[in-house]
Amino acid sequence: MSRDTALVTAEWAEKNLHTPGVVFVEVDEDTTAYDAGHLPGAVKLDWKADLQDPVRRDFIDRSQFEALLSANGISNDDTVILYGGNNNWFAAYAYWYFTLYGHRELKLLDGGRKKWELDNRTLVTEVPNRPATRYTAAAPDRSIRAFRDEVLAAIGTKNLVDVRSPDEYAGRLLAPAHLPQEQAQRAGHIPTALSVPWSKAANEDGTFKSDDELRALYAEAGLDGSKPTIAYCRIGERSSHTWFALHELLGHADVKNYDGSWTEYGSLVGVPVAVGDQPGALA
Amino acid sequence: MTGCAAPDQSAPPPAVDLAKETVITGVVRADLAGTPVAGAYVRLLDATGEFAAEVVSSPAGQFRFFAAPGKWTVRALSRQGNGDVAVTADRGLTEVSLTVG
Repeated sequence: MSRDTALVTAEWAEKNLHTPGVVFVEVDEDTTAYDAGHLPGAVKLDWKADLQDPVRRDFIDRSQFEALLSANGISNDDTVILYGGNNNWFAAYAYWYFTLYGHRELKLLDGGRKKWELDNRTLVTEVPNRPATRYTAAAPDRSIRAFRDEVLAAIGTKNLVDVRSPDEYAGRLLAPAHLPQEQAQRAGHIPTALSVPWSKAANEDGTFKSDDELRALYAEAGLDGSKPTIAYCRIGERSSHTWFALHELLGHADVKNYDGSWTEYGSLVGVPVAVGDQPGALA
Repeated sequence: MTGCAAPDQSAPPPAVDLAKETVITGVVRADLAGTPVAGAYVRLLDATGEFAAEVVSSPAGQFRFFAAPGKWTVRALSRQGNGDVAVTADRGLTEVSLTVG
């Protein structure tokens, strides 16, 4: 994987809005942005309503994913271009997820909605009518998804990367600073986890930093490229952004996203927690 | 599960306890006439200039962050231009005005 295969620019996107076999998909938690205006021809996926299981805390399974893509007129051979708001957090989550279910031609629009809007590019309100398909998903690829037991076993052995803001890492905040802070779980981070906020991988217009800047960022943070890496945040979407940077842009071979993230780990009974700005050690 | 996306900035904050929360709020305006700027990307940066959060301003230009007491910078990016303002926040409500252009 590399930047050339995983990322497209706004210029490329604008030229390929109507290219047969290319489907633009906007992914957000709050889909009112899509309703007010989206890339011409783009379909929408709602991160919560479409991608999360309505009962269990998990995302939709293989057959639900097949039904979702079929209903949205996406076929196995289509090139899917994902984009969204929040600096592509939810689009990166969807990218991880489409990868998990084996979609072959998949790209992220660099800068997402923000860059597109700031560039004054065209947004439309017409909703496309794409004929339904018969999408076939692969069995989920567990090599890019970490569960809690693996995370516990990784303390002190694998790279753990906490991509939340420095204040969330240290335990001074429990959620990103645009959300209320009252939460049930404990504050802090997984001992030995490096703090590399997702935002350090992005420019302020939402585009990813260059490969050289990304390599320097993770090297300076102390990430050991010879070891497997697990990224986490609060609910798994900001860490999808970092998973994308490490696995898809820099081509690190063994990178997993821990989508349970802090809302799971910080609620577990009896697990070690570190507070403050230092990674801490395995007790 | 509450997600991480930015909530509607024009809606009143949901049951915010101002005895506990440090809320930084304000309106993005374009210079000269002071017209509110809707759809601006408003970024909260910490005392070291590191990114902390980002919201999109409401149709009336409003934004709101849940921070912690201390020094912050609020920066806005918009089609009308960019701008930033330094903020010192305490517990409760801190109102700032932010001009872009």
